Amino acid sequence: MVREFARPRRKNPVLRTRLPNLPPGGRSRVALGLTAAAALGRFELQRCRDCQAVQYPPVEACSRCLSVRLRWELQSGDGLLIAQTELAHSNDLFFRERLPWRLGMVRLDCGPTVVVHLHGDCLPAPARVRVDARLDRSGQAVLFALPDTETANMADDPQLREFTCDPRFRKVLVTDGRSPLGQALVEHLVKAGADLVWVGQAEPWKQFPGLDALRAMPQVSIVPLDLTDSSSVRELAAEIGGRVDIVVNNAEVHRTHGIGDRQGIETARLEMDVNYFGLLRLAQAFGPALRARAADGPTGAVAWVNLLSIYALSNYPPHGTFSASKAAALSLSQCLRAEMRSAGVRVVNLFPGPMDDEWNQTVVPPKVSPAVLARALITALKSGVEDVFPGDVAQEWLERWRDNPKALERELAG
Amino acid sequence: MDSAISIEAGGVARGDVGGASVLLRLAAELVSGQIRVVDLTQTLAPEFPQISLPPEMGQCWPFRIEEVSRYDERGPAWYWNNFSCGEHTGTHFDAPIHWVSGRDLPRNATDTIPPEDLIGPACVIDCTAESAADADFLLSRSFIERWESVHGRIPARAWVLMRTDWSKRTDPVAYQNYDETGQHTPGPDAEAVRFLVEERQVIGFGSESIGTDAGQAQYQRPPFPCHYYMHGAGRYGLQCLANLDQLPPTGAILICPPLKIRNGSGSPLRVLALVPA
Amino acid sequence: MLRVSLSARRVRHDYQGIVAVAPVTVPYVRYSIRTAHWFLARALAELLRVAGIDKASVDGLCVSSFTLAPDTAIGLTQHLGVAPRWLDHIPLGGACGVVALRRAARAVQSGDADIVACLAGDTNHVDSFRLTLSNFSSFARDAVYPYGAGGPNASFAFLTSNYMREYEVARADFGKLCVAQRENALRFEHALFKKPLTLAEYLDARLIADPLRLFDCVMPCAGADAFLVMSAERARSLGLDGVRVLSTIERHNGFADDPIQVRGGWALDRDDLYDQAGVGPADIDFLQVYDDYPVISLMQIEDLGFCEKGAGARFVRANTFDWNGSFPLNTSGGQLSAGQAGAAGGYLGVVEAMRQLTGVAGARQVSAAAVGMVSGFGMINYDRGLASAAAILAAD
Ligand SMILES: [Zn+2]
Repeated sequence: MVREFARPRRKNPVLRTRLPNLPPGGRSRVALGLTAAAALGRFELQRCRDCQAVQYPPVEACSRCLSVRLRWELQSGDGLLIAQTELAHSNDLFFRERLPWRLGMVRLDCGPTVVVHLHGDCLPAPARVRVDARLDRSGQAVLFALPDTETANMADDPQLREFTCDPRFRKVLVTDGRSPLGQALVEHLVKAGADLVWVGQAEPWKQFPGLDALRAMPQVSIVPLDLTDSSSVRELAAEIGGRVDIVVNNAEVHRTHGIGDRQGIETARLEMDVNYFGLLRLAQAFGPALRARAADGPTGAVAWVNLLSIYALSNYPPHGTFSASKAAALSLSQCLRAEMRSAGVRVVNLFPGPMDDEWNQTVVPPKVSPAVLARALITALKSGVEDVFPGDVAQEWLERWRDNPKALERELAG
Repeated sequence: MDSAISIEAGGVARGDVGGASVLLRLAAELVSGQIRVVDLTQTLAPEFPQISLPPEMGQCWPFRIEEVSRYDERGPAWYWNNFSCGEHTGTHFDAPIHWVSGRDLPRNATDTIPPEDLIGPACVIDCTAESAADADFLLSRSFIERWESVHGRIPARAWVLMRTDWSKRTDPVAYQNYDETGQHTPGPDAEAVRFLVEERQVIGFGSESIGTDAGQAQYQRPPFPCHYYMHGAGRYGLQCLANLDQLPPTGAILICPPLKIRNGSGSPLRVLALVPA
Repeated sequence: MLRVSLSARRVRHDYQGIVAVAPVTVPYVRYSIRTAHWFLARALAELLRVAGIDKASVDGLCVSSFTLAPDTAIGLTQHLGVAPRWLDHIPLGGACGVVALRRAARAVQSGDADIVACLAGDTNHVDSFRLTLSNFSSFARDAVYPYGAGGPNASFAFLTSNYMREYEVARADFGKLCVAQRENALRFEHALFKKPLTLAEYLDARLIADPLRLFDCVMPCAGADAFLVMSAERARSLGLDGVRVLSTIERHNGFADDPIQVRGGWALDRDDLYDQAGVGPADIDFLQVYDDYPVISLMQIEDLGFCEKGAGARFVRANTFDWNGSFPLNTSGGQLSAGQAGAAGGYLGVVEAMRQLTGVAGARQVSAAAVGMVSGFGMINYDRGLASAAAILAAD
């Protein structure tokens, strides 16, 4: 049985901090379909549209009927573990540092035999298991077999932890504590076992509801942080950058304008200054230390979270400039993801639909409550997904966008 | 006779007193230390508190600075920065065009203000105790008249500076002094402003807090009376001043030229005072 | 069902009049700073020396190598300065020896070539094994290597553990094969392992990938093996002792629907193999199997008809496997004890069978060896070995 993950001992300061190694990240282009789905927390395999055969490893043509009409489809992952092994030797640096390492071969109920990373609570073959696609530290999807029924400390399996970003015993920076979302994030991170949550406050003279509740949490430390001020960001990074394990950048400016209903660019510039340049400043200041500490023990630096918006995918004209700033942030987050990948630090993007906050006051429900969004983030960190679309509106937009981005653009134009 | 009035009587424009040029004497006294230069300016820095309007309104930029190069690959032998800020950031000057009441006046913007208006005598009214006791303290006509009874009548074309020692509040929270009903900082009441403008012909009004008006001035009649009457009469404002405690009640000369921004409503500036040692 | 349709097909041509001669080995070394080209050149030079022919008489060339990249056989012609009129490159790993033999035999038989030099060899730099693994195949890169990067050890650990469970095979059964092969290797001058192996050492060796331990795994090395294929007449005129090819089979991706590999393509084709040779399993004097892991040896023993499927363990317990045992197996030590010189591992059994059948196996000579079998297995493309091949050879 996997044992409960215990708080790691304090680090011996005279020992060198290990540098991060990555598992093998090379993939064929077609295999990236598995990664694309896993980034959303989905286990998808190709299914032939002509003969219905499910394929694995990913192929360019159906290995049964040679059709090239293959579609990635959601799979249950149920299957039979038919063989397992425990590696005591590996040719790869990442795995060498983590031996022994359990692997299995699973015959999926949907057809193919798959090689999997094997959870410690899976019973010896033959045993029923549930296979899921997870992103590894190289950012690529791999298959992971879990016991088919929940076990006591399932999430604490040391191998599984290599794929997740569990906040437990980690130190988190939440860049804005002023918003209800920021406060919900802090509350849920603390509930999820975060050791310490630094909470940014941009304008310390502005009182806001909830500040006292934040201050009352022993894990919380309010720190000055204004993303529009490079020196403020740099100063905080100098102070705490070497200790942050998870950055949650939730600071945002949201004004509800398009182009024609607001003169000038000042409001739009402020949105860009926080939503886009703020991310850039934060990434330049906190990125290097985060990368350097990605292998710093079992609770080392692990994730970077961006609060984007479903409007980042396609412009919502009533909130047009906000949409544009989030699109810019989305683009920059892809750059950040590429740069963080060399250390295996996961960049998680949140794409909520309209949040139930003051700037969406006139938007009709459904709206995402801060608590739902915060829960979605914790789930994302614990399962290791990259892109989160919490709420019904976000899910619907995503579906429409994947189906036909041009059609969505026209629909949003009203 | 107090010194402010004697300088007025001396007449800088005449240029010649007792055989020596006033300017040469000024230079000599600056060198000898008989005249001290006091810097009334707050340092421009990102963390310096900034005026904050309701979020749906347009906002004035705080001071922000980004390094261009620092003897590095971006510029090997030189160090320099780009900065950005609003016209009303830090220690700054308010031109008449800043307020709707002054929008149609002649020479009402930073580039057209008569330059001779930018140097003048200063009367410093000490409201320190009152402001410490009540952050919402309002300077009244009677308070000014009491001051005049001690220091003499405020001459025409003088700057009136309201000393509150607010600039000594180095903690931004205390400086801004916000609560859920807004900002609480001292300033003049409407009657006092009208008195200074109409009966004393002051050239401008200066304060140590953010705004020449009090923090709660939106509830006065008219709202923001100092802005309304001063600028409506073509007079100026200075805000976020510092070191007023180093000035005598009268006798100092204020030098406060804003940046020559075309049609500018104001600008951050360096405010200096010449003070007899 | 597939077997029925296969056995119903027309009779294949025999390999009458064709012989394989001049088995040579470029001595194996653990690591080399040379390239595969160096080993293949040495192999060709040795073939010419042994056969007493000049380079120009070699008009057919067949090459197998993992580390020749970016070159293939065609590039090698320029390196070696040969101008063959028949050229083949066989990237089949452990099946390449048998497949080279059967293709070369057909080339000579048809007159497309007179003398075919069959070469297999690889170099082994300190890091080349890892590099070969990480780019072994697109399936391996996508679906195996990211899983612990254990290489074939992990894949064969699965097959072995499943096989052991399914057919009640004990590690000691595998150990018995390994110990016997080491015994054989001590009598083969090119084998890299020079010390005897005890069953206890085998059982207690360092864990590699459960249930595989150190002596279940081959040791990658550098080296080359080669032979010539020509007409029996030509061989006689050159004074070379040859071996005849009685029959051959090859099969790729057989039993694709098995959830996990418990059998190879041999099981589809073995009747054909024996029918063409006109012999049965009892007539085989020795067996050279591809032994990258002992489970594969057992699989071949079963699939080639020496015992029933699943009876391998009993067969092992009932026999002895050294050169003078009841069932001589991998008489040069196999790859497990001689070393795995890349693609040359696919030739090891062929050249050893040729030595046994021509009576030059020296201290490990199987007495009265007249008919022998060589089996090949290769290419763990994803979860199983895809290529299988076998040949029955006889003394000329
Ligand atoms: Zn198909």
